Amino acid sequence: MADRHLEADTPELRARWGGFSFAPAWEAKAKTAIAKYPDGRQRSAVMALLDFAQRQVGEETGTQGWLPIPVMEYVAKYLDMPIIRVVEVASFYTMYNLVPVGKFHVQVCGTTPCMLRGSDDILAACKKRGMHKGHTTDDGMWTLTEVECMGNCSSAPMVQINDGNYEDLTVDRFDAVLDALAAGQTPKEGTQDPARHTVEPVGALSTLQAMVSENHDYRGEW
Amino acid sequence: MPKVTVDGVELEVPQGATVLQACELAGKEIPRFCYHERLSIAGNCRMCLVEVAPGPPKPQASCALPATDGQVIKTDSPMVKAAREGVMEFLLINHPLDCPICDQGGECDLQDQSVAYGRGASRFHEEKRAVTEKYMGPLIKTTMTRCIQCTRCVRFSEEVAGVDEIGALYRGENMQITTYLEKAAKHELSANVIDLCPVGALTSGPYAFEARPWELKKTLSIDVSDALGSNIRLDSRGREVLRILPRINDDVNEEWLSDKGRYMVDGLTRRRLDKPWLRRDGKLVAATWDEAFAAVAKINPGSSVAVVAGDMVDCETMFAAKALAGALGSTQLEGRQTGLDYDCSSLAAVNFNSGFAGIEEADALLIVGSHVRWEAAVLNARLRKVAKKGGKVFLIGPEWETTFPATFLGTDLSVLGNLPKEAADTFAKAERPALIMGGAALGKGALDACLAFAAANRLVKDGWNGFNVLHMAAARMGGLMLGYAQKGGIADLVAAKPKMLISLGADEVDYTRFADSMIVYIGHHGDKGAHAADVILPAAAFSEKPGAYVNTEGRVQFADKAVFAPGDAREDWTILRAMADALGVTVGFDSFDQLRAAMIAAVPALGREGLAEYGALPKGKAGISGSIEAYPIKDFYLTNAIARASETMQRCSAELLHGETFAEAAE
Repeated sequence: MADRHLEADTPELRARWGGFSFAPAWEAKAKTAIAKYPDGRQRSAVMALLDFAQRQVGEETGTQGWLPIPVMEYVAKYLDMPIIRVVEVASFYTMYNLVPVGKFHVQVCGTTPCMLRGSDDILAACKKRGMHKGHTTDDGMWTLTEVECMGNCSSAPMVQINDGNYEDLTVDRFDAVLDALAAGQTPKEGTQDPARHTVEPVGALSTLQAMVSENHDYRGEW
Repeated sequence: MPKVTVDGVELEVPQGATVLQACELAGKEIPRFCYHERLSIAGNCRMCLVEVAPGPPKPQASCALPATDGQVIKTDSPMVKAAREGVMEFLLINHPLDCPICDQGGECDLQDQSVAYGRGASRFHEEKRAVTEKYMGPLIKTTMTRCIQCTRCVRFSEEVAGVDEIGALYRGENMQITTYLEKAAKHELSANVIDLCPVGALTSGPYAFEARPWELKKTLSIDVSDALGSNIRLDSRGREVLRILPRINDDVNEEWLSDKGRYMVDGLTRRRLDKPWLRRDGKLVAATWDEAFAAVAKINPGSSVAVVAGDMVDCETMFAAKALAGALGSTQLEGRQTGLDYDCSSLAAVNFNSGFAGIEEADALLIVGSHVRWEAAVLNARLRKVAKKGGKVFLIGPEWETTFPATFLGTDLSVLGNLPKEAADTFAKAERPALIMGGAALGKGALDACLAFAAANRLVKDGWNGFNVLHMAAARMGGLMLGYAQKGGIADLVAAKPKMLISLGADEVDYTRFADSMIVYIGHHGDKGAHAADVILPAAAFSEKPGAYVNTEGRVQFADKAVFAPGDAREDWTILRAMADALGVTVGFDSFDQLRAAMIAAVPALGREGLAEYGALPKGKAGISGSIEAYPIKDFYLTNAIARASETMQRCSAELLHGETFAEAAE
């Protein structure tokens, strides 16, 4: 996170993104988001609009998208709010990308449960493929970020690639996902453990066994 | 009225008070960084922790906790002591130990509070965070590694100044305070964040490394850069005023000061008139005082004398000049240099009657011909409060960037008698309607029409007077009280064709109209007035003489003398007294005390600090045509001789108003 910074405000950036405006589909979503708040509180929708803007940029660049300065200025103007307030929000939340990302934004969770379950190996596998934290590979395919808990601790370790979660990873399973993505396929999201459907226990139940067939009140046994 | 107990002492606190305020009422000092009386509560520095029962068994941030009945607050328990030490230790983790090279040293909240509440040593052996410098314009010097993220500057620019330009980017340890894309802070109150900053992150750029606070002599004075009479403190060392800071006066400037009032200080040492000059064969040549007074005596004007007063002179100087003119047999006195000729028979009609604090209560406000941001920057912050409280603000005149929601009604003055529906409805319903007319409106002769507007819209009622005139010159109200107003304005002086025109630092006068007069310029800067003068008598700037000033709300205030005038320059009144000798008349005073006593005898209101009484508002006459095409101030930073001589103000003007860029000096 220490590497987070705004992409420099250059004439090239202005030339590329200065004319940004919402495409009709995103505009409709933006209007819906604004309508959720009372009149005059339209700036409450800033997070949604930044997300839409990032996704539209993503569509235009074939990536997860990011937020160039002119795009943030567009959102600020759209919501009639000071640009610095928009930048505050965008720079606070790490799911807004402030610099361009590659086609696949590999976000490896490194928080304790994932770390205990082997996220270090996942990061090593990324490194082996030429990815560095906070950087995009030269071919524009991969951007690696280490992120904090994504809430998939019961299927750790996990990686989020663009909007998809890939869980129960081992180095082999992870490599398979990346290879599939690189080949243009759509690997199955969610758990990569063949023995698992979602986050149910693998093998026999070890807890709450009395609850399998009917509801059971454990309180008397505490 | 909740009753609380603070360290065993029971007291009643006002409804809505916070625990911190309750502790202060009890006389307890609560350390704090982010809390500020005039800003919203942030509660993010955690320095104000106290122990409160009932409540969770942990220290509570007192600034954000409402005081409620029956609370037992402890500010000196072991838990509070440990909490403060802990917070202080955390704050100092990333704060550099560079106090010896920090300009805040000696007046730093963090320094003081770490001495009072800190552990005295650090247990932190890891590397400290460093933050890259941010550019915030020519006035604010930043050292962001020192920032403790209290966000006072962010809240000030958003809430008080109304210009959202400072923000906190990123998060956690990487949080950084910056302006958008590091652009310069562009508003007239920007330098107040320097005072607000509790550490040395934002310090004064022009004053960088000039002096330490304990070396400075502090003199109480009054700002002369506009007509608000902001209360200031002059910090001087030796013969030089090094900086100007605002003083707290809730009736006038709260605790803010405009950038011009603060930073024109370096103009006090530049382009100064430090010896007399005489015009010989069309050229100014240096002279001695004897030669200068001989030249004045040679003019021998008899009673053909006129006096024009500048915008920054004190009442005593104007009274002394009036006495001199009177002794010579003339009453040709004028202070409205640019030719304004509004009727001054009732001073209530040209006064800011609501008062600066009072105007906050207005619920409908019409501003006629005033660019308030430039003409009275500190007052603009009050007008923002009007709008924030729900008051509606309308303006007549060319559009300018307001810092509050406001509606421009066009430039046509006839709107005064025929308000558009929205404005008319607002004023019809208003409890406390108010009007502010500025110099541009006075110049268009709109005073009568505005008075008529006041009568038609019930601007004056029991306990409320909403008729306000906003002047731009610090000397204006004092001058009007002393009779510096002719019926026809300065045109009357031109028509009188005086043999001798005494100019009291008047730099805005069109002197070509006085081509046949001998112009004696008594002033302090080699500015426009001095260029036209035949005799230049070097005088003292506002920092170099005691004096009384009357601000635009009719508030009489006294300034003290901080330093001596440079070179041969003398205090103005001594020059006028010596001129009386040279011209062979007596003026009736030999010392400053006698002068002031004579002035107070002539105008008793000038002897009482506080608001002068001007009587009832006269009736006006409706009907006006014409439109306001422009405001008198073309460049906020260069409105007077001191500011024009100031390098800082010149740079502000070039960079902030005219878009020039300056390369940063390599360090």
